[in-house]
Parts: sequence; C-alpha cells; structure tokens
Amino acid sequence: MAGSPVTGFSPAAPLLDVKNLQVHFAVYGGRLRVLDGVNFSMRSGERVGLVGETGCGKTTMMKAILRVLPTPPAKIPAGEILFKGRDILKMRDHELRAVRGRGISMIFQDPTAALNPVFSIGEQVEAVIRYSTSPGKASSREETHQRAITALQEVALADPERLLRSYPIQLSGGMRQRVCIGMALSTRPEILIADEPGTSLDVTIQDQVLRLLRKLVEEKDTSVILITHTLGIVRETTDRVYVMYAGNIVESAPTARLFSQPLHPYTQGLISTVPRLTGGGIVSGIPGRIPDYLNPPSGCRFHPRCSQMMEICRTTKPPAFKMGDGHEVACFLYKDEAK
Amino acid sequence: MSMLNFLVRRIIYSFFVLLGLSIVIFIIARIMPGDPARMAVGARAPQWVVDQIREQMHLNDPLPVQYGYWLADAVHGDFGLSLVTQRPVTADIREFFPASLELVLVAGLLSALGGIGLGTLSARYKDTWVDNVVRLFSYAGVVTPSFVFAIFFVLIFAWELKWFPVIGRLSEQTPAPPVVTGLITVDSLLAGQFGTFLDALKHLVLPALALAMGAIAQEARITRATMADNLSKDYIAAERALGISEREVTGRFLLKPSLIPTVSILGLDIASTFSIAFLVELIFNWPGLARYGMQSMLNKDLNSISAVILVLGAVFVVVNIIVDIIVAQLDPRIRLSAARSE
Ligand SMILES: Nc1ncnc2c1ncn2[C@@H]1O[C@H](COP(=O)(O)OP(=O)(O)OP(=O)(O)O)[C@@H](O)[C@H]1O
Ligand code: SF4
Ligand SMILES: [Mg+2]
Repeated sequence: MAGSPVTGFSPAAPLLDVKNLQVHFAVYGGRLRVLDGVNFSMRSGERVGLVGETGCGKTTMMKAILRVLPTPPAKIPAGEILFKGRDILKMRDHELRAVRGRGISMIFQDPTAALNPVFSIGEQVEAVIRYSTSPGKASSREETHQRAITALQEVALADPERLLRSYPIQLSGGMRQRVCIGMALSTRPEILIADEPGTSLDVTIQDQVLRLLRKLVEEKDTSVILITHTLGIVRETTDRVYVMYAGNIVESAPTARLFSQPLHPYTQGLISTVPRLTGGGIVSGIPGRIPDYLNPPSGCRFHPRCSQMMEICRTTKPPAFKMGDGHEVACFLYKDEAK
Repeated sequence: MSMLNFLVRRIIYSFFVLLGLSIVIFIIARIMPGDPARMAVGARAPQWVVDQIREQMHLNDPLPVQYGYWLADAVHGDFGLSLVTQRPVTADIREFFPASLELVLVAGLLSALGGIGLGTLSARYKDTWVDNVVRLFSYAGVVTPSFVFAIFFVLIFAWELKWFPVIGRLSEQTPAPPVVTGLITVDSLLAGQFGTFLDALKHLVLPALALAMGAIAQEARITRATMADNLSKDYIAAERALGISEREVTGRFLLKPSLIPTVSILGLDIASTFSIAFLVELIFNWPGLARYGMQSMLNKDLNSISAVILVLGAVFVVVNIIVDIIVAQLDPRIRLSAARSE
C-alpha cells in the first residue's frame, strides 16, 4: 500500500501516533475519566479497525484527534497526538486548519446530527470545499460549485443540483449519510475516520453505503480508521484492529491474527459471543456493563467482569505487552510471555 | 410562494386578534366607574346637557350596538376627542407615536446588537472572566427596572459628564425638520439637515439605552445559553473537523441556528418596551405614547386609553409578524413545514 509522499517526514514513521491520550469530561458531581491513556498508531495507507462496545470512548478518541471535542466539558490532561510527527494538541490555528479536512477528515456517527439543520446542503458542502483548496489557489464560486456537484456524484447521489439547494430535513437517512461521506471525502484526506458509517440505516442501505465507501477509499488509496460494531466488516476491510474497553486500548493486532488468536479476555469474549456478523450490539454475551467513568475500577478496568482476574489486576493497570508480529495486549496473563 | 401564503394567513389571524382586543377594550371602557358623558362635559354642566351628550354618544343603546358605533368610528380613525388635550385622539397619537417608535427602534437595535454581541462573547469565552462579567451584567440587567438605569444615566452622563443632553428630542436652538415620518432622525436625513440628525441622535442615546438594558441582558443570556448548547452539537464538531475556519464556524454556522430563540424573545421585548416606557419617557421628558397613555389612564380619558391600547395591540401584532418572517428566514424547518401544511 503506497503512502502519500510527504517532504520532511519519513514514510517508515507512523502517519498518526497517539500516545498516552487522556480525555476527561467535567460533569456535575466530578469528572468522567473516559480515555485513560490511549496508545494508537497507524501508517500511511493502512486501514485500521477500532472496535469496542458502546460508550467505550471510540468517538471521543476520534474527536480528540481532530481537537473537536466540546471544551468545556472535555479536558485533555495528558497525551500527544502526532500527525506526521507534529503534535496536533500543540498546533496553532492555522496549522490545525491544514490538518483538519485535508490531513484528517471524519464521517460522523450520526449523519442527521452532523449536518447543520439551518443551512442548505450546498452551503455546507461548498464551505468545506472552499477551505480544502490549497492555500494561494483560491477557487472561484463556479469552481467550488462544480466541485460540490462532483462530490455528491461520487457518492452516487442523483440530481446533485437540486440536492445542493435542499436542507437536511428534506433528505432521507441514506442520503444524509451519503452527503456526509461525500463531504468528508471532498477534502481528499490522507486519513479518513469513518465512525460507524451506516449504523443508523437499515441493513440493505447500510450495506450499499459500506460498499460505496470501500470502493472510494480504495480508488483514492486513503488511510482509514473504521469504527464499527460489526466484526464481519472489520475482518473484510481492515489491516489492523484495535480493541477498546472502557477508555483503554486493550489489544491490537493484524486483523487475521486478532481473529485467529485473540488474547485479551475481553477480545475473546467479543469474538466468541458474536451471534451473527451483522446487527446486534457487540458484547451482548459478556456479563456485566461498562464501568462508571466517575469512579472507574482500579487497576485493570476490565477486572470486575473478567473471569481470569488475578490479585494484581485489582491494583495495577496492565501495560501493553508486545507479543511479536505487531500483536500487543494489555493483560497481566501475558506478562511472562511478552517479548 | 409558501412564504406569501404564510404571511397572508398571519395577517388574517392578526385581524381577528385585533378585533378581539377591541371588544375587550370596549367592554373595559364601558364598565370603568364614572359616566363617560358626565366626564365629557365636566362636573358642573347641567343634567340635561349630560343627557343630550349621552344620546349623542349612543350610551343609551344596548352594548353590542354601542360597540358597532364605536368600531365603525375606530376603523375610520375616529376615536373621539381626548379629554385632556381637547384634540382628536388620532391627532395625539399621530404626534406621540412616532416619538416612541423612534425611541423603541433605537432601543431595539441596541438590544439586538448588544445582546447578541455580549451573548456570543460569553459563549465563546465560556467560564472565563469575560463570561462571568457578562453573566453578572445579565442578572443585574434583567432584575433592574429601566427607570433606574434612566436615572443613573441622567445623573452620570448628562449631569456630571455632560456628554449627552438631559431632556427632549431636540435642543432648543436646533431647527426641527419638516415632518414626514415623525421620526426626527429619518426626517432630518430626508431634509438633508445633518446637524439636526446628530442632535436627535444625541438625545436618543440615553433614553434608548436605558430602555434597552433589560432586553440586552435578556438577549445576552438567551444567546449565551443557546450558543453554549449548540457548541457541543455534532454539526459544529463536523464543520470544524472538515477544516472550516473557526471564524466561519462561530460567525456563521453557529450564529444562525443560535439566533432563533433570541429573535423570538427580542420581538416580545421590543413590543413590550412600548408599554413600559412611560417612566423613561417621563424622566427624559420624551413626548411619547407611553407617557401619553399613562396620563390618559390617570385622567380616565377613555377615548385616548382605547386608542393607545389598540395601537399597542397593533404594534404587538406587527412585531410578531416580523419576528415570524425572520425566524422562518433563519430556520428552513419552519419554512418547509409551513409549505407542507398548505
Ligand atoms: N460531551 C460529553 N460530556 C460528557 N460525557 C461525554 C461527552 N461525550 C462523551 N461522553 C462520555 O464518554 C463516554 C464515551 O463516549 P463515546 O461517544 O466516545 O463512546 P463510543 O465508544 O463512541 O460509543 P458508541 O459505540 O455508542 O458510539 C460515554 O460514557 C459518554 O457518556
Ligand atoms: S489484566 Fe487481569 S483483569 Fe484485566 S483482563 Fe487481564 S486478567 Fe482480566
Ligand atoms: Mg461513538
């Protein structure tokens, strides 16, 4: 997989490297300690899956990467987010603007919430396109409009002229989802974050949307972070998988390896309990619920639900143990096997 | 097209609202203690004169018939004579209404700019000292009546600092412009009297600001709350994530949806400014409608009271229609659902 060549940036280094990222939310009665020191990295051209049950912090992590978490209530007490070696968290506005959109772009989880209800589709798509043209190459109104039309045609939307004049409320769920995908791709991003694309739609439309997304991404050779509840999709479309539990990355491995040799008790539960590949929440089968972020469990956050819990798990947070071949697991069961 | 339908419908509704209001006014006017005929002729007039006037004023007819006469006159702009000024009420209104209108329009402009501006600042710098100052001001502004501000402003800016004139609409030596609209600022510009325009503006600043303070505070609070709420919406995160500049996100994509509640409340505030302005008009010796209305009430001047209330009702109706138009312009959801329900 060819990465995009970047001057002054070694292609061997990770394109995106998240280190020890913490995100807290200030709420009435305290702070929710949601992301608890997350590590995540991807190379150019890689397609990475991110899975984990609802509320584990997937969306939070992606919004943190683009620095679009609402502050307040969100706070980032620690961590680094290196994009091509530069820390997004320390960037000034103009640098950040070059990363957002053209560097990293995102398809939000709920297309209805992600479209501004009081602006027409055209106003929104065209604004995105205006900012995604390289600086110094100001495009004319007509050019922008043409590119907006192309962006909608790319996601197989008919009658783009009329669509650009419409408001989100006039569109079906599937159309809104396509508009969001078209917008996110119109910036020609190096990394595309797709947060559960199509989940809000019925299964056939979801399927169409995913296939379309896959085709577009392959055509453009975009690096992708795909968040989904559907393990089948992860298996088919990604190179690597990150498994998240309660604000921690608990395991990561090349996709095939993760499915054949899941190590973390949570991942094992995840894979063995998937009843069907489509539909259904991920972890219907593991007993217990995601912990309360106000008072998260000490040590390994999974310990209250873990059938193999040991004494140390209650007191100490397991670091990520390297198991070779790019397989890492944050669980004390593998302390002695780690390489 | 749908907008036009919407408008026509609103105007028809408004007509019925005003009709209802006129019935209420008429009934109140008739059940107020005191005999209108006796009041019209004075306490010392002989009884036969009173009886004659009674007949003339149709006061011996049944109430619905009386209302019919009254309404027919009102529609022709005839509300009878004012007891106090001894002039046709319509002439009084024509004189005093523009003075109030000018004051309220400037106050409305100040409320809109000040309230939205402060609210935006407050939301943008939420939980910093800027926000705290604005919020403190908002609480103070909402609970303090406008006449208190008026007195303060007069004492500080007019008496002490002498930055602004104390009373009236124009200084004595300033030539008044020929009356076209009755709004001195507009009339002076129409006549090309720039000096008069400036003088009128100077006279407007303090009373308009005093009147606007409450609304500024209110609008700032609402704008802040709506914006803070919308700031955590996914569409704002999405717009930022796709590279749109912070300035355009806040100044355009956040501002427009956040203005909708503000505009609705602003309309109500502006309309009610008309009726609560009397103390401010009194303090600044402003020849306005609120002061006139208050004097009419104190003097039981029924004809003027009826007319003033009807005018205020009409103001509310007109402001509401304007607000509806603006809100429909801001919010396609309302526009589209209005079109769909045709
Ligand atoms: N703005 C916020 N204020 C307070 N808490 C928040 C906020 N955003 C997220 N959280 C909390 O952070 C946690 C993680 O949420 P997040 O949306 O990242 O989960 P997720 O993994 O994306 O779940 P899902 O699969 O349902 O989308 C949740 O418990 C949520 O309550
Ligand atoms: S560290 Fe302990 S509690 Fe956590 S998953 Fe491993 S065995 Fe279970
Ligand atoms: Mg999510």
